[in-house]
Formats: sequence, structure tokens, C-alpha cells
Amino acid sequence: MTSLSQNDFPPFETVYKKKRNLKEGFFISLIRTLGFSGAVILLVILAFVIYQGVHVLSWEFITRPPIESMTKGGIFPVIVGTVLLTLICMVVVIPVGVTTAIFLAEYAEKGWLLNSVNMSIYTLAGVPSVVFGLFGMAVFVITLTFGMSLLAGSMTLAVMILPYLISTSEEAIKAVPYSFREASLACGTTKWQTIRKIVLPTALPGILTGSILATAKVSGETAPIMFTAAAFFTPGVPRSLFEPVMALPYHIYVLATAGTHIDQTRPIQYGTALVLIVLVLGMNLLGIILRSRQRVKKAW
Amino acid sequence: MVSGSSNGTNAFEMKDVGIFYGNLQAVQGVNLTVESNKITALIGPSGCGKTTLLRSLNRMNDLIRGCRTEGHALFHGIDIYDPETDVIELRRRVGMVFQKPNPFPSSIYENVAYGPRVRGVKERKKLDEIVESALVRAALWNEVKDKLNESGLSLSGGQMQRLCIARSLAQQPEILLFDEPTSALDPISTAKIEELIIQLKQYITIAIVTHNMQQAARISDYTAFMYLGKLIEFGNTDQLFVRPKNKLTEDYITGRFG
Repeated sequence: MTSLSQNDFPPFETVYKKKRNLKEGFFISLIRTLGFSGAVILLVILAFVIYQGVHVLSWEFITRPPIESMTKGGIFPVIVGTVLLTLICMVVVIPVGVTTAIFLAEYAEKGWLLNSVNMSIYTLAGVPSVVFGLFGMAVFVITLTFGMSLLAGSMTLAVMILPYLISTSEEAIKAVPYSFREASLACGTTKWQTIRKIVLPTALPGILTGSILATAKVSGETAPIMFTAAAFFTPGVPRSLFEPVMALPYHIYVLATAGTHIDQTRPIQYGTALVLIVLVLGMNLLGIILRSRQRVKKAW
Repeated sequence: MVSGSSNGTNAFEMKDVGIFYGNLQAVQGVNLTVESNKITALIGPSGCGKTTLLRSLNRMNDLIRGCRTEGHALFHGIDIYDPETDVIELRRRVGMVFQKPNPFPSSIYENVAYGPRVRGVKERKKLDEIVESALVRAALWNEVKDKLNESGLSLSGGQMQRLCIARSLAQQPEILLFDEPTSALDPISTAKIEELIIQLKQYITIAIVTHNMQQAARISDYTAFMYLGKLIEFGNTDQLFVRPKNKLTEDYITGRFG
């Protein structure tokens, strides 16, 4: 076997010109096109909803209840319903989710049991939301006799988003460098002190980002609240946890499939969709900002 | 304590220490003493068990799953592997500085105040004193006194390592364990750390693992040479480097292997 020598290559002056590589050029433009089309589709949807909905948006629209069989008036109780559902859901799910993530990431013995628990969590995160809706109806509405209510809906949303929250928090906790834990323990601190003073503060931006994205997802869900909380119409805002509520995504669904006055309510449907999109985008934006700030701080 | 003469007290006494990772024996039958207010260096080729042995002194090996220690490691005459031993109190007294500088992602001040704070020191004035004296002893005070609120991660590699030393000193340890503290540093930072370690000897006992034989020769009073998990030779640094008794030691320090 002979090894390569300089003489095996043509002289540089005969080959120095940049070559056009058609294949490479093709794939680069393909990837570029596909990449942009994702953004374009999103922008088209957004522009469409804004175009259709922006003229119904007004102070009255977001502060008044619906009137005349929901063909006129605003969506105030609908917004309040979604905000309450989301808020109660997150108040319940964040402590449970973060505590579970701490346990799984820091305390659980590595082995088949932990692996199967983690596997179940990932699988649950992929279960269609309507299944959670049916589960919520069976457990909260019927068995626990909450009835169709704000509480039952919040709990169902909490169960639905729990796996997502656990896995994002667990990832954030695991991303804290081992050397931090080692340094803290070597200072003569207990494991819990190390978790509380070093691990959690370091993982906090990641946990917050996950929580905000979870909030955005929860506020836009229809299927889980359909059988557990959402009312076709309520005269005002709920006065207790055990009353059904109106909610933005369900309101759109109801107006669009009611069978009557569909055309009259169309502007309201788009207006509601716009409010929902602005809400979700706003929360996502907050999540993105938090994440980018975390990236700047991550100097290790 | 009278300088120059040894009073003969031992900070640590290891008797027949063996350390296993699962079925693999990393350290076997080590008998070694670490004398108070002296620098004891552990040298040897990669994988000889020197770091494992060092980490057994503050029970950091406990964190590694499947790691188990046999024999006795006596600290103040008490076996630190006794099930009754409070590991937290042991680690407060036996500090550790790691190979790669690992300050917390918080301010310089908070890094040093970390241990005392966790242990319940709340008074600002007291914390200020602790932080200042630890930074002074770690020879970092003059460089950082005007920027105590800046991130510990904004410092240079050598400064970060001295910050980690200050963080350990703030615990008022009796012993400081150094695990190759300069292997990630440039020669100038290394020289500063070495100088600092020699200064620290007046307050505390030091055990240092190093892959750098010149470093061991420069700073240590006693040197232990390990090979394949066994302690091959232990003695005065001057004697060990000039007149090694064991053929293996001689081969290693003259660079014939390692």
C-alpha cells in the first residue's frame, strides 16, 4: 500500500477556482424554503385572525358580557373563565409538578422503576387532550361529585399538563452542573440545603419557562374542559369553584357550531380567537424572553 | 505551635484502607498519616487511586453509587466511616477544592458567605468579617474587594480557583483537600496557588493530589507515591525525591513511566 504524496494532487493554480456544487446548493435552498414556510404559515394564520377579528375588538368587547343570544355584546365572562381555569390549574400543578421533578431528578434511585416512571410521564405528555377530558369527567365531575365546574375543569387541565411540567422541570434540574452540587456538599451542607440553595435557584429560569409555556398551552385547550367545566352560556362571572364557566376556546367552538346565528356571530368568533391568540402569544413571548436571559447568565 | 519543628500530631490516620467501585478495587491496603499543619502530596500515574483516596477523607465517595470503603480512616481518633459519624460536620472540618474551579453562579460575596449562611449566620457584620478574612487568606481580597457583588463566574480561572479556596476557608476547616487544583490553570496562576497553599499551612493541614511531580517537590513536606491502587512509598518529600527507597518510585520520578 502506497501513501498519498503531494504529487497525487493537481497543482493549486489549476484547481483554485470555487466550484459550484449543484447538489449542495439544492439542499441548502430546500432547507431554507422549508424553514421559512413554517414562519410564513404562522404569520398567515395570525394575519388572517387579526384581519378578521381586529374590528370587533374594543373596550366594550372585553369588558361586557354577551347579549341577545350571544350575537352581540362582549366576552368578559369568557375571558374571566379562561383566566380562572388557567390560574387555579397552575396554582395546583406547579407545586406538585416541581416537587415531583425534584424527587425524580435528585432522590429517586436510578433503575428500572425510575425508568418506567419517566417513560410513563413522557407517554402521558403525548396522550390526546380529549382523553384527559373524559378522565376528568369520570373522576372529578362524577366520582368526586364536583359536577361541571371551574374546579373540575382546572383539575382536569392540571392532570393534563402535569407530565409536561414534570419533564421540563426535571430537565431543568438535571441541567444544573454536577460540580455545583459537589462544591456545595463539600462545604458541609445537607442534600436538601444543596437543592434549595444551589440547584433550584440555578434551575429556576428553566422551570419558569416550562411553567409559562404550560400556562399558554392550558389556556388554549378545549377538549379537557368540554365535559368538565365549560358552559354554553353563563350570565356573569362564576361566584364559586363549583359553578361552570365560559372559556375562550370553548366559546369559539360553541359559536362556530351552534347551528343558528353562525353568520351573525362570526365577527365575535374571530374576535374571541384573536383575544386567545394574543393571550397565548404573550405568554410564549414571556417564556422566550426568560429563556434567552437564562442563556446569557449561563456562563459555566 | 512552634514553627519548623513537628509536634507529631496527625490530622488523619488511615489504616488498611481499601476502596471499591462495585467489584473493582481502586485502592488497597493503604496505611498513611497526614500530619497536622504540613502539606502531604499524593502523586502517581493516572488511575492509581490517588484522587479516590483523597475523596475518601471527606467521604465525597459516598456520592458515587456502588463505592464502598473498608478499613479505618481516623480523624481526631474517630473512624469517619463509623455509621454514627456526622458527614456534614466532617465536611465542614475537612474542606475540598476541586480540579476545575467551580464557583456557584452567584456573586463573589455570596460564594464565600455560602457555608456560614447555610449554617445560620445571619448578621451582616459577622458575614462581612468572615468573607473578608477568607478572601484575605485566599490572597484574593485585593483583587475583588471593589467588586464583591459581581458574579463569581466573571473572574479569571486562577481567581475562580482562589475564590473556591476562600469559600472553603470561610468554613474554618481544619484540613483542606486539594484535588489537582492547578491542572486547569496557566503557569502564573499555578504559581500563585502554590504560594497560597504554602501560606495556608500555618492555619490548616493540607493534602494535595497532583499529577505534577515538580509541584509536589516544590510545595509538600511529605509525599506519598501510589501505583495501581497501592501506596508504594511514603516519606519526607526531600528524601523521596532524592533518595527513593523503592525501584518503582525511582522509575516514576525519573520519568521512566507515568
